[in-house]
Amino acid sequence: MENFRTPLRRVRGLGATRGGTDHFWHQRLTAVSNIVLITFFVVLAISLHHDNYLGVRDAFGNPFVGIVMALVVLSATYHMKLGMQVIIEDYVHGGAKMPLLILNTFFAFVIAAASLIAILKMSFGG
Amino acid sequence: MSDVKSARPLSPHLTIYKFRPTMAMSIMHRITGGALYVGTLFFVWWLVAAASGPDAYETAANFFGSIIGELILFGYSWALLHHAFGGIRHLTWDTGHGLQKETSTRMAQMTLVASLVATIVLWLIIVIFT
Repeated sequence: MENFRTPLRRVRGLGATRGGTDHFWHQRLTAVSNIVLITFFVVLAISLHHDNYLGVRDAFGNPFVGIVMALVVLSATYHMKLGMQVIIEDYVHGGAKMPLLILNTFFAFVIAAASLIAILKMSFGG
Repeated sequence: MSDVKSARPLSPHLTIYKFRPTMAMSIMHRITGGALYVGTLFFVWWLVAAASGPDAYETAANFFGSIIGELILFGYSWALLHHAFGGIRHLTWDTGHGLQKETSTRMAQMTLVASLVATIVLWLIIVIFT
């Protein structure tokens, strides 16, 4: 049976889905980065919770805060996109599956885009 | 399709297994993940409001400072910690460690206990020190 798969396909090791183990691996990769990044966000949120508007804007004017918060958004939204995809694939079968998978991707991108624009705007002081 | 019941053994499904802590925490991991997913809407609201101006920020800050807002933040912090501890448990399993029957059950119980303790400690820190 292995003769039906060309040597190139076999050596690439991406399997029938052409994705290989990327989904599994990226889920773990972002899990590790989330531990560090979201800890930063929680500490930031706690340190800001008595601050007023100007205090929050001042914090986000710091490039370090801007960079790390952008990474928080990227890591978290990618992780949650992968996770929700698994939940949908496990429980939803038939006609609703593909629309939900598409909506899942759109949701993650909208959250990421809105957050990043907000962070960038505050970083550049607009 | 024939409607004659097959006498062949069927693969056992969820309902015949005794319910175990690892199963409960597996479900909790998904539920907390789903809650965190939806809760990013609050996160975006806060960020976009802060980027928009004082009035928008005031509205968001008032909501998060209200009783409902604080309950949401409390629940969200627990979901976050539970999902984080559950994730660390899964990462440990990925290395091949902790997969023994007793150990994995213990780790599942510890996930719940640690998440509750850590949430309470976190909020005590917030109330006492800030």
